[in-house]
Amino acid sequence: MRLSEEERDILAGKLGPVPRLALEHQVKVGEFFGAEDFVAVTQAHVMADSESLGEAGVRWLEGLAAAKEGRRRVRIPTITDPRGTDFAKAAFLGQTRAMLSLEERAIAALVKLGLMMTDTCINYQTVQPATLGEHVAFGDTGVVIYSNSVCGARSNFEGGPSALAAGLTGRTPRYGFHLEAQRRATLAVRVDFTPRSLNEWGALGGVIGRLAGNYWAVPLVEGLEASPGSDALKHFGAAMASFGSSALFHMPGVTPEARRRGDVAPDPLPQVGVTRADIESLEKSYRKEEGVDVVVFSAPQLSLVELAGLAAQCDGRRFAIPLLAVTSPQVKPDADRMGYTTKIEAAGGTVLSGMCFYQSYAREIAQAKGWKRLATNSAKLVNVLGGYGYVPMLASMEQCVDAACSGRLE
Amino acid sequence: MTELFARHAIGSPVSGAALVARDGFSARYDLDRARGTFSRPAHQLAGQSYVGRVLVLDTAKGGVASAWMLHDMAARGVAPLALVFNSVNPILAQGAAFGGIPLLAGFDGDITALVPNGSRLALDPSRRLLMIVET
Repeated sequence: MRLSEEERDILAGKLGPVPRLALEHQVKVGEFFGAEDFVAVTQAHVMADSESLGEAGVRWLEGLAAAKEGRRRVRIPTITDPRGTDFAKAAFLGQTRAMLSLEERAIAALVKLGLMMTDTCINYQTVQPATLGEHVAFGDTGVVIYSNSVCGARSNFEGGPSALAAGLTGRTPRYGFHLEAQRRATLAVRVDFTPRSLNEWGALGGVIGRLAGNYWAVPLVEGLEASPGSDALKHFGAAMASFGSSALFHMPGVTPEARRRGDVAPDPLPQVGVTRADIESLEKSYRKEEGVDVVVFSAPQLSLVELAGLAAQCDGRRFAIPLLAVTSPQVKPDADRMGYTTKIEAAGGTVLSGMCFYQSYAREIAQAKGWKRLATNSAKLVNVLGGYGYVPMLASMEQCVDAACSGRLE
Repeated sequence: MTELFARHAIGSPVSGAALVARDGFSARYDLDRARGTFSRPAHQLAGQSYVGRVLVLDTAKGGVASAWMLHDMAARGVAPLALVFNSVNPILAQGAAFGGIPLLAGFDGDITALVPNGSRLALDPSRRLLMIVET
C-alpha cells in the first residue's frame, strides 16, 4: 500500500503502540483486498459485545486500554453497537455473573479508549446519520447497508477490531465500497408488489439477499409503488445484509445515488423477478410450530415509531408468554416519557435497552429460560437464531402480539 | 499433487485435512463455538466438527461478529486450521488477520468442487498457493 508520511510514522511507533497495532492490522486487510492507499473516515461504529469478544477479545481490549493516557484514545467520533446485556434486566434474561463481569470489563476498556457508549445498531435513526459521500467505518451489517444505500455514505463491513482500528487511526483501507466503481449495480431485481408490513419488508430483503448471494453484489431494486419509510428500509436492508452479506442496494428515485436507473446501471444488467409468493415462501419455511415460547422484537433495535405502534397494540392486553421489545438507550427514555414502556409492560412485556437479542448470549438465554419456539417480526432475527438452537418464526407485529396473548401463532 | 492459486491470501503456511461444502459461513449464525461444531440445522455441515480442519466453503455470510469470534476460537483451541473460500466479505479477511488464521480466497473455478472432502491440503499464503497433497 502507498503510505503517507504520517502513516509511516504511526507504523514506526512514533505515536505509540496502540495506533501502530491498529494500522498494522489495517495494512494486512488492505493488502488482502489490493487497496492502494488509505481513506480518511469521519466516524467509526464498533461491534464489541462480550459474547463475540470472549475472554480473549476482552483481554486484548484491556491490553490496549492499559497504554499510557494520551496515547490510547480514538481520534474520530467512535460509537458502539449494542452490548451483550441490559444490566437492569440481566436477571430476567437468566444471564450469569460471569457474562456480566465480562461485559463490565469490555465496557471499562472501551471507555478508556475514548469510545462513546451509544450501544445502538440504529445510530442512523438515533445518533447521527452519515451523509452522501461521507467515508465512514461502520460495524453491524444493518448499519452499513442503511448508511451506504439510504444515506449514500461509503463504508465496508468493519468488524469490531477493524472499526476500532479506524477509530484509532482515523482512516481505513480504500477498497470495496469506498471505490466508486464498486458501487454500481450488478443485478436488477424487479418486484411486482409493495410490502405492507415490516416483516414483509424484511422478508423481501431476505429474498433479494439470497439472490444477490455475496458481499460484492449490488442489487438494483425496481417496481415498488412508493418511497418506503425509514423503519421499512431498516428491516429491508438488515435482512438483505443478513441473508446475503449485502452491503449496498439502490432503488431508483429513492436512494440518493440512483436518482435514475442509469446513474448506477449504465450498462444492461442480469434481471430477476420477485413476487409476493417468494416472500410468503420464505415466511412459511420458518413456520414449523404453532406453539410459541417467547415473542421478541429486536434486530434491529426498535425505533420510537415502532415502539409507539407496539404499545398501541399491547394496550389493554394480557400476555400468556414473555414478550421482549429491545431498543436503544437513546429511544428508551422517550418511550418511558411517552408512556409506551408502561403500556407494553402492563400487558406483561419487557422493554430492554442497549442490547440486541442475538448479541446477548441467546443460546444460554434459551437454556436458562426454556425458550425454543420464538416469534418475531424481524426477518434478520429468524435468519440468525436457527444456529442458536431456536425455532424462530416470522410474522407481523400484530400476529406476534396475538401470539404473546395466546401462546400460539395463528 | 494439484496446485491452485488464489487471488487473495493472508497468514502463515499450514497443512491439514479439508472439510468441504458448497455452503456459506458465519461464525455467529452457523457455529456452536463452545463445542466446535456447525449448529445451524440447514447448513450442509450441520453436526460436524470444524476444529483443526481446513474449511473449504463458498462464501462468507451474515454479520460482523466473525471478526472477534475467530480470534476467541483460536485462543480457546476450537478454531478451524485455515479457511479456503470462493469469495469472502471484509469481515472474514479482518477476522483472519486478527485471529491469525490463514485464509485463501478467489480461485479460477469453484473451489468447493475442486477440493475433495477429506483430502490433505497444504496452504502457502505468501505464494497464494493451495496444494491438494493427497485425495
